[in-house]
Amino acid sequence: MDTRYAIADPWLLQPLPLFGSLTPADYDHLGFMCGLEVHQQLLTQRKLFCRCPAGQYNKDHHDAEILRHMRPTLSEMGEYDGTALMEFKTRKNITYLLDRKTVCTYEMDDAPPFEIDDEALDRAIGVSMLLDLNIVGEVHITRKQYLDGSIPTGFQRTAIIGTDGDIPFGDRMIHIRALSIEEDSCREVSDRGHERVYRTDRLGMPLIETVTDPDMKTPDEAMEVGQIIRRLARASGLVRTGSGAGRQDVNVSVTGGTRIEIKGVASLRAVPRLTHNEALRQRSLVGIKAELARRGITAENIDGTGHDVTSIVNSTACKFIRKAVDKGATVMAIALPGFQGLLQAPTQPRTTFLKEFSDRVRVIACIDDLPNLVVSTEDVPTLSSGEWDRVGKTCGVDHDVPVILVWGREQDAQTAINEIVIRAREATQGVPEETRQALDDGTNGFERVLPGADRMYPDTDLPPIRLEDDRVATIRASLGLRPWEREVHLREMGVGADLAERMSRHRAWDLFETLAGDLTDKTFISAHQLASLLLDRSCPRPASRLAAEPWWRETLAAVQAGSVLPEGVWHAEDELPAKMSETEARAAFEAAVASVPADKPVGERQCEDFIMGHIMPALRGKVAGRLVRSWIRKDAK
Amino acid sequence: MSDHNEDYKGYRTPTLGLLQKEAAPVWSQVVLHTTGGDFTGLILPRSETADADHIVLKLDTGYNIGVRWDTVQSITVNGRKEANYQIPEKAFPFDPKKPRVKLFGTGGTIASRLDYRTGAVIPAFSPGELYGSVPELADICNMETEKLYGVFSENMGPEEWMGTARAVAAEIEKGVAGIVVGHGTDTMHHTAAALSFMLQDSPVPIVMVGSQRSSDRPSSDAAINLINATRTAATSDIAEVMVCMFGPTSDEYGLLHRGTRVRKMHSSYRSTFRTLSDIPLGKIDENGVAPFRQDYNPRRDDNQLKLNAVFDDRVSLVYYYPNMKPDVIDSLVDNGYQGIVIAGTGLGHVNKPLYPALDRARKAGVHVYMTVQTLWGYVQMYVYETGRELMGKGVVPAANMLPEVAYVKLGWALGQSHDPEVVQKIMLTAVNGETTDREPYNGYLVLQGGIPEVEEFISAHRR
Repeated sequence: MDTRYAIADPWLLQPLPLFGSLTPADYDHLGFMCGLEVHQQLLTQRKLFCRCPAGQYNKDHHDAEILRHMRPTLSEMGEYDGTALMEFKTRKNITYLLDRKTVCTYEMDDAPPFEIDDEALDRAIGVSMLLDLNIVGEVHITRKQYLDGSIPTGFQRTAIIGTDGDIPFGDRMIHIRALSIEEDSCREVSDRGHERVYRTDRLGMPLIETVTDPDMKTPDEAMEVGQIIRRLARASGLVRTGSGAGRQDVNVSVTGGTRIEIKGVASLRAVPRLTHNEALRQRSLVGIKAELARRGITAENIDGTGHDVTSIVNSTACKFIRKAVDKGATVMAIALPGFQGLLQAPTQPRTTFLKEFSDRVRVIACIDDLPNLVVSTEDVPTLSSGEWDRVGKTCGVDHDVPVILVWGREQDAQTAINEIVIRAREATQGVPEETRQALDDGTNGFERVLPGADRMYPDTDLPPIRLEDDRVATIRASLGLRPWEREVHLREMGVGADLAERMSRHRAWDLFETLAGDLTDKTFISAHQLASLLLDRSCPRPASRLAAEPWWRETLAAVQAGSVLPEGVWHAEDELPAKMSETEARAAFEAAVASVPADKPVGERQCEDFIMGHIMPALRGKVAGRLVRSWIRKDAK
Repeated sequence: MSDHNEDYKGYRTPTLGLLQKEAAPVWSQVVLHTTGGDFTGLILPRSETADADHIVLKLDTGYNIGVRWDTVQSITVNGRKEANYQIPEKAFPFDPKKPRVKLFGTGGTIASRLDYRTGAVIPAFSPGELYGSVPELADICNMETEKLYGVFSENMGPEEWMGTARAVAAEIEKGVAGIVVGHGTDTMHHTAAALSFMLQDSPVPIVMVGSQRSSDRPSSDAAINLINATRTAATSDIAEVMVCMFGPTSDEYGLLHRGTRVRKMHSSYRSTFRTLSDIPLGKIDENGVAPFRQDYNPRRDDNQLKLNAVFDDRVSLVYYYPNMKPDVIDSLVDNGYQGIVIAGTGLGHVNKPLYPALDRARKAGVHVYMTVQTLWGYVQMYVYETGRELMGKGVVPAANMLPEVAYVKLGWALGQSHDPEVVQKIMLTAVNGETTDREPYNGYLVLQGGIPEVEEFISAHRR
């Protein structure tokens, strides 16, 4: 190979560092920064802007379908928003599946919105307060354009509820930029070629989106902060829990890179690996940019001409290309002089720079049978060397210059060539602004060009909503402590550290708080014992949450009155075992001792335990274990 | 200082006073220091219809919020960033081989641009603006545009109907392949009826079009409707006054409705326009017009048409309801109305207490016509005694004319004569399908949801 094309940056030549192998210092060196957009569905009866029931999903049934297309609207500058333009290029037929139980004419975009659901708004304000945000005086519904069809209107109705708050994280604070309330989008069923299908049951569900600053310095921190935000809302009881009720967008950048949004990450556990891999990808693209600059390649001198080479490859032995040609596909070639050796550079585990091109071709040109492109310099068998020579000649380049081949419907193949050129030119700028999708293996793929603030505009269908002081005050008064505040409170009450941490984010907290209010110095049960009882799954209790409070109140009253022992609560079956008077207890003890076998183990402690083990089943819950043990000791003496 | 100061556009006391004191006019980049914390953004103009208590702030993220004036303790102004409303134009390409289509605007926004900074929807109407937002039009025709009015469709009335008719006639006489009239959808069928009567025997299509979803949204039906209407105007063999709007709610095709038989039937659906008691003229998609019937006025290559732009607006449309009092009719007569169209119940009935009022109306020379509020079907006033009694009081059955169409036609007829016989002859002689001799079995197909076979049809077809 021409020595001009020897790669100088070792990063591009070596295997990428494995997930788990980097230290915080390594991430710091990369300039790793990560922010989160945490989405959680609010717990409401109805959807946000219509009266359809919330939270009913059925993935197997629909009653009707409608077909729509999305058309970008022009901004005042006469230019389409980047994403808008891309989505228009894809010219998708969008089919919506409708279930009459969960969808009305509003979701179909055949009726204007109803007024915002007050329950949802109150709950969003509640969570905003827990995050210490500044609550707005007036809520303005805004339209955020989405041209992928995931919302039939082509925009999402969304509104800011609060801005600028902080939550504690270890010894520092994480800044919360804003919380917005918004309607959820459709669930994608399939997306093949020019046909995309969505299910509409989730559409319109009330969501909150909590946006943090890029304050997280390592992949693990990103997960941990996400957990704090999720738990805060969940512990408040204001949001839905369970699968599908929460997901996050993760923003990652490294030095020299750009803010990349990885959309729709369902599980926080996936965040560390995803963000690690994205950091690697950006580092690779930064390296490729430097390498291209060193080689004198600029966006301007990348030639955008594609060549129709169908006639050269129409009898190729390469099966997938031959099959496409036989079905009438056009095959086009584009040469990328100056990219020698770079298309094979690693960007993520099992992934090379070439995938950046393949992704664009898949998403934008709608050519999604993989492989959807081949490259002449790839180390896998594709065209014969004779065919590659003729393709190279058609493109007017030497055989060491990478030539990419794409095939599909004529218009799609041309779109694919255009996109390859756009992506190649972007490589000279570093990391292109994109939203990317999380893949199951922890890597990510191109989803769409990153939309800007340009796609936001006020919703003319709904007036601003004035938040009256008394409404805000009522919501504030209804909020309890935040988990971290609960933890401090629990510790002050004498609850042990582990138990306090668990109880602080457990749904039994409300019950604990209510019951703990009745505890006094003179009661026979401590806050620690109470927390332990409430969190111990082996402790019997009513199955329904509604019945739980009266049951616990009665139980604790008995314990506090001294008629039931705290440990008696564990041994309640149909009813609580009554505490025995000392006389009864002594009699029962003596009866039980009589039946203890004579051959006791050697050793004072072992002997004691042996006797306890034999007599406690009859006495458990009715007599304090401490008292029984003291009697055994006394008798032994 | 005035409350209508441009620098503080839309702000009123007390918020105006605060902004003036802090020297923070609209387009200021500010930090509002409030009792509830700081808010950073750009001050936007305030809507005139919103309350006087809030400052509208656009945040960097593009979101807007409102901040109540009395929570603001101070304002730091960090600069200024004014939006400009420039709409770029690209010249509409001219192709000598393509037909000439004239687009008249009356006020509905067919195409528009969005000013993202303010959310203002800026109508795009000149050929250049239209080309910028619906470039497909250039594949169909050479387009010229003329703005006649800028009103919401509820404000269209006889003056606008007559003015539009005259403008269309003048254009047709000059020679044009077809006419498109952009119109708000609410009263599009009133205007369609008026144009049907005022412009007869047109040699070219006169196509009315609008949108149910505003053109600033990606899911709008506006572009497809405009493309369909323009293609109809340029190429259709049907040379009538038509309404061209979505057929189904899906993006599939448009329907061409005869201007006298069409009605807006849903407040918000895309597929709101339906032909009643008959079938539409045809459908239109990217493959062109497909007529459903042959009894239309075909395109001719002359420039002749009959213009008869007259209207007497002393006409009312009365929607009858049980327990209607005679004073409703009396007050119309007392106020000098010359014509009354009643939308009666069933086959065309009103209650007995109205009889004296109807007698009085006849004596005053008021022309009274009966239509049906069932919308589908004919008036038939012989079946029941009530009908016969009403006819005895001079109420004329208007066959299967739609109530709104009868209202427009009576005004147009009274614009020509007040002689009861002449008026009746005009009213009962069909100009173009406003009354028909027969109602086909498929002129009334309101599919009833829930019926198994209907549900089966719906699930098999995108509607």
